[in-house]
Amino acid sequence: MAEGNNVREYSGVWVFVEQSNGQAARVSLELLGKGRELADKLDVALTAFLIGGAIGDLGKELICYGADKVLAADDPAFNEYHTGVYTRIIADQVTKEKPEILIIGATPIGRDLAPRLAFRLDTGCAADCTALDVDVEKRLFLATRPAFGGNVMATIICPDYRPQMATVRPGVMSPCERDGSRTGEPVNLDVEPYRNSAKVEVCETIYEETEGVDIQEAERIVGVGIGVGDRETLDQIKELAQLLDAEVGASRRAVEAGWLLHDCQIGQTGKTVRPEVYIACGISGAVQHTAGMCGSKLVIAINSDPMADIFSVADYGCVGNLADIVPALIAEIERSK
Amino acid sequence: MNCIVCIKQVPDVSEVSWDPVTGSLIRKGIPSIINPSDKTAIEAALRIREQCGGRVVVLSMGPSQVDEALREATAMGADEAIQLTSKQFAGSDTRATSYTLGLAVKKIGQYDLIICGKEALDGMTAQVGPQLAEFLNIPQLTYAVRIDVREDRVRVNQKLGDVRRVLETRLPALITVERELNEPRMAPMDAIIEAYGKEIEVWGPHDLDGDHTRFGLKGSPTKLRKMYSPKLVKSRLEMLQGNREELARRVVQILKTRRFL
Repeated sequence: MAEGNNVREYSGVWVFVEQSNGQAARVSLELLGKGRELADKLDVALTAFLIGGAIGDLGKELICYGADKVLAADDPAFNEYHTGVYTRIIADQVTKEKPEILIIGATPIGRDLAPRLAFRLDTGCAADCTALDVDVEKRLFLATRPAFGGNVMATIICPDYRPQMATVRPGVMSPCERDGSRTGEPVNLDVEPYRNSAKVEVCETIYEETEGVDIQEAERIVGVGIGVGDRETLDQIKELAQLLDAEVGASRRAVEAGWLLHDCQIGQTGKTVRPEVYIACGISGAVQHTAGMCGSKLVIAINSDPMADIFSVADYGCVGNLADIVPALIAEIERSK
Repeated sequence: MNCIVCIKQVPDVSEVSWDPVTGSLIRKGIPSIINPSDKTAIEAALRIREQCGGRVVVLSMGPSQVDEALREATAMGADEAIQLTSKQFAGSDTRATSYTLGLAVKKIGQYDLIICGKEALDGMTAQVGPQLAEFLNIPQLTYAVRIDVREDRVRVNQKLGDVRRVLETRLPALITVERELNEPRMAPMDAIIEAYGKEIEVWGPHDLDGDHTRFGLKGSPTKLRKMYSPKLVKSRLEMLQGNREELARRVVQILKTRRFL
């Protein structure tokens, strides 16, 4: 057994806050909500760790969303995310302040940053978690993540090393209600040692004009399976998606049958999606498909076969023909507007 | 231009089935494949070699059958394959894995680029690439959808969610690749047959110059506390009942409650 660090010296819960242009990423507020709960259970402070350029009043906002303290590295040089610079800023403060728990959003940036940071701090990090808790008695952080296509949940612990780290999928935790009466003063860190230290140059940053949102970023998806049957039903499903402000995705079989393009294929050989809501229309639910969408927050499945596998990953199921149910849904949505 | 590609052998998920009674994965008899984005990494290295010359070394840690993945990589065109296999490596978390791979990279010695897949189909942590880069103290350029090598520098188009960035750094560096980067070539049949006759170099703990207490399950900071089937915790499915109008009303009601409408 490799020797861990002295775990008893470590105390407090930290949340890394991702921001752009002074706006916190939603996942960071979600993590502050969860972090507040964990900090209360452990009876310790919750610290928000903020890095950015021109972050303005965001520090104070984070206190309203549950943080007791805010550590901010605020400098125009940190406007762009740099793995090396961000890692160094956080690692230096962690080494100094010794938090017992450090939580980071499992966004593209978080998934780039957290593993490198964990390795530098000589600790472990549980990736892409969907549930967090603490064992108060043993003072252990319990990080739970879906394993193997989401059919098994695994709870990961890091007993001998600190901080205990996890990245958490966006959309699975809830932010605290904003409380403007909470008080606290953000602390600005000395940024001088970190300026001009980037080894990677960011030559260009292109914010994609979202014309037909990338399905991986979509919050709402209507998925089309081979059960769609005919062009008319497909058109109705597209109309339904439009009414719901949703993107259209597809199973491999629906793509192979030519109903939709590969670009929107979801599953093992396509894209992995984690929308807020996924409406599966005529999708049988083979594991190749469900592995790509089982992170969806709410799944509603419509299928003519009551034994279809898709129902095992659904929250709500409707048994029936798409050609009947989809037009009824469209009518109902229009009526309710 | 010397590239080291780190690959993982994973179960072919398209062949996976589930035990209908226990809900658990049936692993028996499932064929193994090279993790898809790792295959993209191999292809990327081969194209860099075609353009700039140099060598491609493929590295993989895993049980003895990992040699199949390495043979396939050789058949695709890799110059050399190294297998890290030992009971002492078993049960490694991402930290122990990247530490072990890192020691092997140091033993290989001279390299300009390390290329890894973005994430593995089975674990899906996407952690080993960045951790290996940290161990080697080189920059990481993640989520690459385009790679351009010019002399001692590399430029990568990075897909950072809905932002696209162009990153540039001096070599050596580590790149993790998205599957959309390229279409990996098929290994020709004669090359596959030839690869099966080759001897694959196997390294164990004693071939690596490092701290052996950092290997495998014992050297992993993260531990599995428990595993459970989410279905046993809550059977979340509610079957909606009624004719099509009633079904539609219920669905709309659910969408409204959750503020989607």
